[in-house]
Amino acid sequence: MHHSIEIEGLSYSYPDGHPALRGVSLHIQPGEKVALVGPNGAGKSTLLLHLVGILRGQGQVRVCGLEVGDGNLGRIRAMVGLVFQSPEDQLFSPTVYDDVSYGPLYQGLPEAEVQARVDAALAAVHMHGYARRVSHHLSLGEKKRIAIATVLSMQPEVLVLDEPTSGLDPRARRTLINLLRELPLTMLASTHDMRMVQELFPRMVILDEGQVVADGPTRSLLEDIGLLEAHGLERP
Amino acid sequence: MHIHFLDPYRPGHSPVHRLDARLKLVLALAFILSAGLAPDGAWPAYALWLSLITSAEALSELGIAYVLKRAALALPFVLAALPLVFTLDGQPAFNLAIGPWELAISQPGLERFLSLAFKSWVSVQAAILLSATTSFPDLLVAMRALRIPRLLVAIFGLMWRYLFVLADEALRLVRARVARSGESGLPGIKSGGRLAWRARVAGGMAGSLFLRAFERSDRIYMAMVARGYDGEVRAFPLPGLTGGQWTMLTAWIGLLAALLALAHLLW
Repeated sequence: MHHSIEIEGLSYSYPDGHPALRGVSLHIQPGEKVALVGPNGAGKSTLLLHLVGILRGQGQVRVCGLEVGDGNLGRIRAMVGLVFQSPEDQLFSPTVYDDVSYGPLYQGLPEAEVQARVDAALAAVHMHGYARRVSHHLSLGEKKRIAIATVLSMQPEVLVLDEPTSGLDPRARRTLINLLRELPLTMLASTHDMRMVQELFPRMVILDEGQVVADGPTRSLLEDIGLLEAHGLERP
Repeated sequence: MHIHFLDPYRPGHSPVHRLDARLKLVLALAFILSAGLAPDGAWPAYALWLSLITSAEALSELGIAYVLKRAALALPFVLAALPLVFTLDGQPAFNLAIGPWELAISQPGLERFLSLAFKSWVSVQAAILLSATTSFPDLLVAMRALRIPRLLVAIFGLMWRYLFVLADEALRLVRARVARSGESGLPGIKSGGRLAWRARVAGGMAGSLFLRAFERSDRIYMAMVARGYDGEVRAFPLPGLTGGQWTMLTAWIGLLAALLALAHLLW
């Protein structure tokens, strides 16, 4: 049995030399739901981009037992569903159908299979019937759910989310949290939404200045007011 | 993650960097104009123009190799003048046989083509030198000082400001696509999709980028109006040029004019 995500001593600097990640190590078991928290600029999004090999730093990153490297990128991108913070980036096609079918079509799956996956993905996010809609005209909450459907259609093993609840109104946020709870996938989500962390993620990793400063059960870490304050976080 | 490589400005403290942006802009334009007006085939005069721009490059501490490398990017555009070689009347220099056809390369055509190529090459170097040693905001101020219409300068400024935002946005779109471009791992199935489908996806991306640029411009305009924008861009008046700067400006423009006159008289 392999880990879903294994990161060992990962360091990355931006092209201008500014270090973003400094020796990050992280192991996530299949089925685990982990929250990645920390202040803006801590390196959360940078870390997530390493999981699909869009950024490549020094150190080791393995996903679903595969080394993130040149030969494996295609397989890894099919197994890791990365949902970007802004659905505007995620939804680059004119219609919802075009976007949700992008992953399976790129993989070259037969038409019937693509159709079945699109239907299943839209059903999973409770958006059946939206296939022919124009993404541009959806509300932010709807766009977020469609963005998740665009990766579910690839039937990934790991779901990686970048600030899934940012900018949502309470109802859309609640719908999204319920949706994430239903999905039986390994999950790693970067977020500032501490109430969601408390509710949804049994394990929490605090990242600050490119380093993992705490990694443990959410319940006990949220008790440590000093730790939270030291890293710009608030208790929910 | 941001895109920085589009900005040609290279900060520095060389005499060329320290020169007033207004002077630099006028001199660069005068240089390009004088080189453009030079007669065809005035090779000895061309050497003088080249030596002028090369000295300025050396003085700017950018490295001549840096400027030359960037100038090479402009060379393909010179090919637009290539038909001159065949179409201009005059003494044929030599004949080119391509299979059953024979092309006559005319002497004046060849000379004009090479002259054009050389002139555009030194002109591009001047533009590169200007943009690499002057920050864009300074350049905008200089344009305003030269009485270039304010609306135009404001458009240049906004374009510069939001070009990077758009480039970042395009980068994020491309990333989102890359993140979902996977392989099924099933035997006998090739990933990548058909070419026509990939083209359609790329077209959709370009379309949504355009739509967003359009919407963003609307929001920017509203943000400007909210702070009192009335269609007129205002700015502080600039301090006048000093006596020394005027002397320098006149001297250089005089030199370029003399060079041009010399080229016309002697060659």
